[in-house]
Amino acid sequence: MADEGKFFDLEIITPDRVFWSGKASMLELNTTEGQVGIYRRHIPMTMIIEPGIVKIHLEGELKEAAVHAGFIEILPDKITMMAEVAEWPDEIDINRAKEAEQRAERRLQAHDPRIDMSRAELALKKSIVRQQLAER
Amino acid sequence: MASMRDIKRRRSSIASTQQITNAMKLVSTVKLQKTKARAERSKPYFDKMYETVTSMLAKSGTIDHPYLKPQQSGKKAVIVLTSNRGLAGGYNANVIKLITGSGFEPSDLLLYTVGNKGKEFLQHRGYEIAQDYSEVIENPMFQDAKEICEEVLRKYAAGEIGEIYLAYTYFRNTVVHEPKFLKLLPVEVDEGDIQAARENSLMNYEPEEEEALEVIIPKYMTSILYGALVEAVASENGARMQAMDSATSNAQEMIDHLTLQYNRARQGSITQELTEIIAGANAIQ
Repeated sequence: MADEGKFFDLEIITPDRVFWSGKASMLELNTTEGQVGIYRRHIPMTMIIEPGIVKIHLEGELKEAAVHAGFIEILPDKITMMAEVAEWPDEIDINRAKEAEQRAERRLQAHDPRIDMSRAELALKKSIVRQQLAER
Repeated sequence: MASMRDIKRRRSSIASTQQITNAMKLVSTVKLQKTKARAERSKPYFDKMYETVTSMLAKSGTIDHPYLKPQQSGKKAVIVLTSNRGLAGGYNANVIKLITGSGFEPSDLLLYTVGNKGKEFLQHRGYEIAQDYSEVIENPMFQDAKEICEEVLRKYAAGEIGEIYLAYTYFRNTVVHEPKFLKLLPVEVDEGDIQAARENSLMNYEPEEEEALEVIIPKYMTSILYGALVEAVASENGARMQAMDSATSNAQEMIDHLTLQYNRARQGSITQELTEIIAGANAIQ
């Protein structure tokens, strides 16, 4: 029973499915305020997600997934992540991610005023996160 | 009385129509199963989104943000979800009625249409179509909802429109679909839900509430729109299935009636022939 105390309920929901639901002991993710790790009994908090790799610490196991946008609601014993896009490593097409990186870089270097810079930057970030995760 | 040949021709024509309606019914039944499952899968995301936004608003009711306050402009944007194909009973007409019966002047409205049927009808009626996304309704994706929302929000932020509405068909269950007219912006949530959320609102926000609101409200809108798109597709297939089902049974009724008429005519002609033969035989004697 001693270990019971360190687990919280974790739910990762995307518009198309419940991506993950279960118990976890720690969650690491990337937010607009920087990298964070969350244990049980965290104060209630809502944060905005940045593209990054989410690490779910289970009992003696570590699961990783790429999450690109959304927000996270933290309660002392329940964490709900609302992700617009979430992928497991085996769902990522690495060639597509590489192509996307090239395209985003080209757009950023073009300095074309018609191009939405923040959008291109976001696309670049996403493609890099995807590659990082898929290459492990 | 119609001749036997006429009745027979009419009956076979109805039988082939019945075959078509029956096939369409089967197709929409299969599509309904698929789209219904999809609508159900997207429900948890939408519910949680609503809960989060309610609790944010409960806490930040005093924030003076453009997403929460009515805007200056009198123009109203309406996103209208209809289908690209007909033969779905009253499905499209019901959504269109929401617009024509909304009490708003056509000149005050700016329409974003998804679905050809609604677009064609409303355009003909003199409504202004700002943009059309009809191809989306075939297979709505989250990215589509996002693009539509970005476009509408850009206009909202620029002050070109003051309010945003959504007209779609809510999928209650396989047989009940309700046309709905929703206000998206400025955000309005149920007062009772706000009270409930206020009681346990110890939530902290990082970044600050205003900034978080700025990010989360568009996401909230996108998720409503996505949910509505998915439900509209399920409703469309449900409505078509029902329409085709009643068309098939109506055709059956007509076939039965015509068969009876045909048999009567056949009987009549046999009787007539017999009397003629007997009369002829009598005349010879």
